[in-house]
Amino acid sequence: MKNNLPIFVALLLALIQVPVHADMTLEIVTQGAQLTPIAVLPLAGDGVGSHQLSAVIAADLKRSGLFDPLDTRGVSPAPADVEGVNWDAWQAQHANFVVVGNVQEEQATHHIKLNFRLIELPNRMAHLNLSFDGSADQYRMVAHHAADAILENITGYKGMFSSRIAYITQHGSAHSLKVADSDGFNEQSMLHTNEPILSPKWSPDGQRMAYVTFELNRPMVVVQTLATGVRHVVARYKGSNSAPAWTPDGRHLAVVLTKDGHSQIYRVSIDGSQAPERLLSSGGIDTEPYFSPDGQTLYFTSDRDGGPQIYRIALSDLRGSPERLTFGSNYAVSPRLSPDGKQLAYIQRDGGAFHVMLMDLATKQTQPMTDTQLDESPTFAPNGKYLLYSTQDGGRGVLAIVSTDGRIRQKLTTQTGDVYEPVWGPLQ
Amino acid sequence: MKKALLALAVTSVLAACSSTPTEETSTPVVQKAAAPVAVAPAQPMVKEPVTVSLYPAKGVGGALGQRTIHYAFDKYTVTDEYMPVVDAHGDFLLSHGAAKVTLQGNCDERGSREYNLGLGQRRADSVRKILMAKGVKDSQIETVSFGKEKPVNPGHDAAAWAENRRTDIVYQGE
Repeated sequence: MKNNLPIFVALLLALIQVPVHADMTLEIVTQGAQLTPIAVLPLAGDGVGSHQLSAVIAADLKRSGLFDPLDTRGVSPAPADVEGVNWDAWQAQHANFVVVGNVQEEQATHHIKLNFRLIELPNRMAHLNLSFDGSADQYRMVAHHAADAILENITGYKGMFSSRIAYITQHGSAHSLKVADSDGFNEQSMLHTNEPILSPKWSPDGQRMAYVTFELNRPMVVVQTLATGVRHVVARYKGSNSAPAWTPDGRHLAVVLTKDGHSQIYRVSIDGSQAPERLLSSGGIDTEPYFSPDGQTLYFTSDRDGGPQIYRIALSDLRGSPERLTFGSNYAVSPRLSPDGKQLAYIQRDGGAFHVMLMDLATKQTQPMTDTQLDESPTFAPNGKYLLYSTQDGGRGVLAIVSTDGRIRQKLTTQTGDVYEPVWGPLQ
Repeated sequence: MKKALLALAVTSVLAACSSTPTEETSTPVVQKAAAPVAVAPAQPMVKEPVTVSLYPAKGVGGALGQRTIHYAFDKYTVTDEYMPVVDAHGDFLLSHGAAKVTLQGNCDERGSREYNLGLGQRRADSVRKILMAKGVKDSQIETVSFGKEKPVNPGHDAAAWAENRRTDIVYQGE
């Protein structure tokens, strides 16, 4: 699986178009951000070519839109530790940081161990001295953990690289549910079907995926265990079954059922041991449930006041009146909470366009995050600093990323087919 | 071959409609096919009378030949323009108690997939409600929403969107 298409291979400058593969182009725009120059030196004992951990680390940092990794390909031999570093040379290139270290491979156990230091220039202050190990098959994930540690140390951002994403691809009637590392490598298909697939949602532990499939002609909610591929039906009641949302404890799903008439929100247990419990009652469409990270509040979309708007209600007071959160448009859908529960991302219609919006829940201030036209499905990175979403480009569904400060934008364009319903999983 | 089968089914429908109803046995295998064109089958190919799919011909015969109700953006009300279509199918279902329909609600590609799934359901339900008010039996009607997942027009402009915002009336066995 190692040579699968990288969805997010990074490059970065003011505005560049980069053919990263025959099939796709990635365009990254960074506005007004101060990029930190960093020299990720070749690691002693590292692999070669695409198997280089140092290259994976540098690519991660570049993709963040916050770093300018310097070209270190000419460094030979690779220094195993600080003694071998030509500090003057990196200082001359204005590197603010140097990453130096080595990789040890344990042939017997098929494990690798990455040891590295993060040193700040010009004073050569040691920031990190860390080791990560893992299966040699998972060498990229070992590098992602190192990149996460570097990102957090320098920027204060929590990790995001050692995570996975899921999304749907479609070519004609061929639909696939796919998962990949957050940089698009190691893409694997979980399901192929000629019927639509919707709303993939990672379980809180990242081990299972809930989604909606039309395989039996009408929508039903299924949970699939990633490691085994085993699936079971969680909701297949009369009518439509859709919009799964995990409770933070991973034991229940909120789902939308039409078994009693129109689309309403229910709670079902993953093991199917309890009858669906209706959570809300309205005369309109209630859908897209989403639990706050503390599990205390239910966010959802409803057209109870006419057009679709976003509401929330405390689970301890489900008989109360939900609070309407969106007022800026006659169409606001797809609420998603940031991991700290302080921000709400959603989609708003503005004239003919549909944009990703971000609301600060403390002040209720909102701001549009995108200038693309038909945005859908925003999803926060595990550190809350980036939003992945789907949009259209040239009539095709593509994925895009915007940082929550709005300064960094990435857009992936594929040559064929559509990609949509992205969802960012938890850290590994 | 498919055409021949379909034409046969249509002829049998007419026969079934104008004569005594037959016992329900097995339904003929009639796959989804293009609108039936006027192809007269020479001879019946089956010896035993079989129950056939009781659906009216598509694309002909005025309102009953129409199978699609269209809507405005984010709306699910059946407008006056489409009431004759719903009425005609209601009358047909009332006079053909064995006929069953699936109402398939659909939306254009804009906005959330899940909200559109709910909206498509509303569209199908809006037609169901009118049929029920006419006295059509609950057991004759099924509804399903495909949201924005099954557009008839793959385009990305206003004309395509208008075409895709629809409820399709699909007869069982059709």
